[in-house]
Amino acid sequence: MRNPLSEKIVTIRPSGIRKFFDIASERKDVISLGVGEPDFDTPWHIRDEGIWSLEKGRTFYTSNSGLMELREEICRYTQRKADVSYDPKSEVIITVGGSEAIDIAMRAMLDPGDEVLIPQPSYVSYEPCTILADGKPVIIELKNENEFRLTAEELKEAITNRTKILVMPFPNNPTGAIMERADLEKIANICVEKDLFVLSDEIYSELTYGKQHVSIASMPGMRERTILINGFSKAFAMTGWRLGYACGPKDIIAQMTKIHQFAIMCAPTTSQYAAVEALKNGDKDVEMMRESYDERRRFLMHAFREMGLPCFEPYGAFYVFPCIKEFGMASEEFALKLLDDQNLAVVPGSAFGGSGEGFLRISYAYSLKNLKIAMERLSAFLTKLRGSAS
Amino acid sequence: MREKILTFIEKNSRVDLKELAVILGMTEADVANELEAMEQEGIICGYHTLIDWDKVTTERVNALIEVRVTPQRGKGFDSIAERIYKYPEVEACYLISGGYDLLVSLEGKTLREVSAFVSEKLSTLETVISTSTHFILKKYKDHGTILHQKKEDERMIMTP
Repeated sequence: MRNPLSEKIVTIRPSGIRKFFDIASERKDVISLGVGEPDFDTPWHIRDEGIWSLEKGRTFYTSNSGLMELREEICRYTQRKADVSYDPKSEVIITVGGSEAIDIAMRAMLDPGDEVLIPQPSYVSYEPCTILADGKPVIIELKNENEFRLTAEELKEAITNRTKILVMPFPNNPTGAIMERADLEKIANICVEKDLFVLSDEIYSELTYGKQHVSIASMPGMRERTILINGFSKAFAMTGWRLGYACGPKDIIAQMTKIHQFAIMCAPTTSQYAAVEALKNGDKDVEMMRESYDERRRFLMHAFREMGLPCFEPYGAFYVFPCIKEFGMASEEFALKLLDDQNLAVVPGSAFGGSGEGFLRISYAYSLKNLKIAMERLSAFLTKLRGSAS
Repeated sequence: MREKILTFIEKNSRVDLKELAVILGMTEADVANELEAMEQEGIICGYHTLIDWDKVTTERVNALIEVRVTPQRGKGFDSIAERIYKYPEVEACYLISGGYDLLVSLEGKTLREVSAFVSEKLSTLETVISTSTHFILKKYKDHGTILHQKKEDERMIMTP
C-alpha cells in the first residue's frame, strides 16, 4: 500500500501539551493549573438566549459570514472597545473560534515561501497554521527582560524581503504579557514602512488589569494591513460554543470567507444567537470576571514573592509565567517532577516555543481555594528542591 | 475601596485579613481600618453562615407572611413593624410596595408553632388588618447561592 499520509502534515510536531496531558490525566487527585479556559460558566442570560433560539427552531445554516445581526454587534463592539470601525457587510467574518480565523487568514494571505513572523512564547497554532498554508514560520524569541513584549529591534532583525505577516499575540498566552500604546506605535511604524500585514490575535483583549488594551488596528496606517481576530471564548467564558471572528480589509475577508464557505459553511447557529446577547448585554459579566481574575492574579504574584520565585508582573490574559531557571532543569522535567511529587499540574513553558524554556505557564482560571492549595504544593516542592541543592 | 471589600466579604466573610489585603491589592492596615470603620458605621451588620438546614435532621419550618396593616398617624408603618420584628421568631421583616404592607419571614420548629404565632401574636395586633401565610416547601437558592448543587470542575485537565 502507498503511504496514505501527506508529508507536510506528518512532519508537523504535535502540540507539546499533548504528552503532558496524557500523563496528568492518568493520575488521581491532581490539582491542575494547566487549563487555558475560564472557570466560569457562560453567563446564564447568554445560555438562555442559545436555548431560546433552539426552542424557536432556529436550527438552520446562517450565511457564510455569519448572522448579519451578530456582525453588526461585532462592529459596534469593535468600535467601542478597540476604536476601529468595520463594515458589517464586507469586513467581518464569524468563525469557529478564533483558531479558525487564524487558520483561514494564513491560508488566504500566504503564497509558498512567504515568511510569517511569530513571536514566541505564544499560542501553539500559529506555527502549524503557517506551515499548512505553505508559509515559512520565522520565530522571534521574546525575552523575560522585556516582560515578553515585542521590541522594534527584535522585529527589525527578523524581517527579510520575504516577510509578509507579523503575528501579534497580545495579551499573550502563555506569558500574560501585553503591549501598551507606546510599544505598539513602534511596531506599527515598522509594519507600515516595511509593508507587513499583521495578524492581531486579541482573544484576551477584555482581560487586562489596570491597563487598557490597545488594538494595533487602531494605529495610523494599520487598519488596512491588519486582520483583527477576536472571539467569545475568553471574554464571555464561551469556549465550548466555538465562536470567534475576524475583522479586516474586505479583499482579505472575502478570500477568507471563500475558504470558510467550503471548509465550514458557517459557524454554529445557536452560538451565534447566544453571542448577539453576549455583546448586547454582557459588559457587566465581563467586568465581574475580570475583577475576579485580577484578585487571583494578585494572590499568585504575592505567593510567588513569598516563595522567592521570580516572575515579571503580567497585566493580561489569565496566566503567570514564573522563571524556574535557578533549579537547572528543563521546564518539562520540572513540570513532570512537580506532578509526580505534589500532584500539581502546570504547563512547561517550552510547550509554547523554545524561548519558553525555563518557565512555567500557570493559569489562574481557578477558584482562590484551588489556587491556595496549589501554591502550598508548589512552595513545598521548591523548598524541597532548594533543600536538596544545598 | 469600601465597595471592593464589601463585594468580596459578602460572599466570603471568612477570608483572613492578610489574604484579603493581597487579593484586593491593599495594605493589611487599610483593610483592617476600613472593616472596623464599616462595622462602627453599621454598614457591616454581621457575619453569618449560610446553612442548608434541610440537610440537618432538626425540623424547621419557614413561612413568608404577607401582612396588611393600618399605618398610624405620625409613625407610619415603623411602629407596627417594630412590634412585629421584635419577636425572635421573625427572621426578616420588610415594608413592601403593592397589595400588602409588610412581608414577614418567620422561622419555627413546627407548622403548629408558626400557625400559633400568626393566629395568636400577629393577627391579634390592633393595626393588623389581614395576614396571608405561605409556607416554604423548598429552598432552591438563598443569598445568591444555589442549594442542592455541588459543582465539579469538568474542564479537561490541560488545554493550550
